[in-house]
Amino acid sequence: MSKISEKAAALLQEGAIKMIIGYEQGTEHPRPIFCHTPEDCKKLIFNDQCKNNLAVYLTKKEIVDNDKIGVIGNFYVVKTVIQLFLENQIHLDHFLIMTVDEAGDIITFGNIDEMKQYVASHEPPANPTVLAAIEKIDKMSREERWAYWKTELSKCIRCYACRAACPLCYCNRCITDVNCPQWLEPWSAPLSNIEWQINRIMHMSGRCVGCGECAAACPLELPIGLLTKKMGMDIKDSFGEWKDGNVLSTYKVGDKENFIH
Amino acid sequence: MIEQNNNNFEPRIIAFVCNWCTYAGADLAGTSRIKYASNVDIVRFPCTGRIDFMLLLKAFAKGADGIIVSGCHPNDCHYTSGNFHARRRWMVFRDMLNFLGIDVERIRWSWVSAAEGAKWADVVNKTVHKIREMGPYTEYKKAAMFLEKEKISYE
Repeated sequence: MSKISEKAAALLQEGAIKMIIGYEQGTEHPRPIFCHTPEDCKKLIFNDQCKNNLAVYLTKKEIVDNDKIGVIGNFYVVKTVIQLFLENQIHLDHFLIMTVDEAGDIITFGNIDEMKQYVASHEPPANPTVLAAIEKIDKMSREERWAYWKTELSKCIRCYACRAACPLCYCNRCITDVNCPQWLEPWSAPLSNIEWQINRIMHMSGRCVGCGECAAACPLELPIGLLTKKMGMDIKDSFGEWKDGNVLSTYKVGDKENFIH
Repeated sequence: MIEQNNNNFEPRIIAFVCNWCTYAGADLAGTSRIKYASNVDIVRFPCTGRIDFMLLLKAFAKGADGIIVSGCHPNDCHYTSGNFHARRRWMVFRDMLNFLGIDVERIRWSWVSAAEGAKWADVVNKTVHKIREMGPYTEYKKAAMFLEKEKISYE
């Protein structure tokens, strides 16, 4: 048994923790697993391929009841937990947040400050293909950009996998499900597909942790990850580094803008 | 020369303004008998912070060629911080629109106070002039009308 499995099994045996969410080997990629018994824990793995943002389960009432739950997640899970905590969406005493270091040992976070410290020092480098794609689009003329996004996003079937995969898309009633007023047509149509993405990005702005799960979840492999990444870069340019993820719910009197005159 | 000018095109401008400053400013422009372009339809909001970005997109989808968004000057907001919050949102929104290839040049952002009737007239005139040169904004409308064309009517 690996160190992760041993530790997880021990935690479940102690009894304080009722379930552990982690990764197991899937057919192609690792996938989430919910361990209820020490035997389940044998399947737990952790490597670079473990991409799923497990924090998406932490706001689901049907999964998280009143029991204490352990999570063995990657860097982005930890970052998302901080964001969810700052937005008062989760109680940290209901969770034991863990991650795995390079040597395969489990790191357990006792409080939010430890998580913040870890996140500050372990940020993974940005995906170079994503950066290259953003640069390519930036170099296009405005008409080309519009044509590009219109073509790409008109393929969207509006399955809302991007919404489901995102741990920070937790609204009980999504703007696209509301029909009074109906801001967006909920079915697939060229313009409302674009408007849906604009809404998704605007609602994520300053909160997005950059895990890229929206793009990974897209069954049509649309480049929607570029939008969140670009928005993150723009926000970094305008307002500085990700600190507590509340860029749009706060302001500075001296915000520098160059378009209002 | 006259034939080359697009005389038929009259831009349709929608102005989203805050109740306390720009709306009062537009009112002042009226009571001061300042003449300005009549292409603008003013929509009054309680505060610039209330102007949802979806409203701008809806305006484009429904046929606006240009948009004016205006409110109180910084530090003058009736609700203390509405325009500061709005300003941040617009900074993000503008970058996003630009990345998606939506024409941000057609949206004019401005601060117009209740005392600036003349400035309001100037903002409207300049915007109308600019949009008249840019021509009608058809790209967005076309995408919006896509399904209309595909619609099958059952008698």
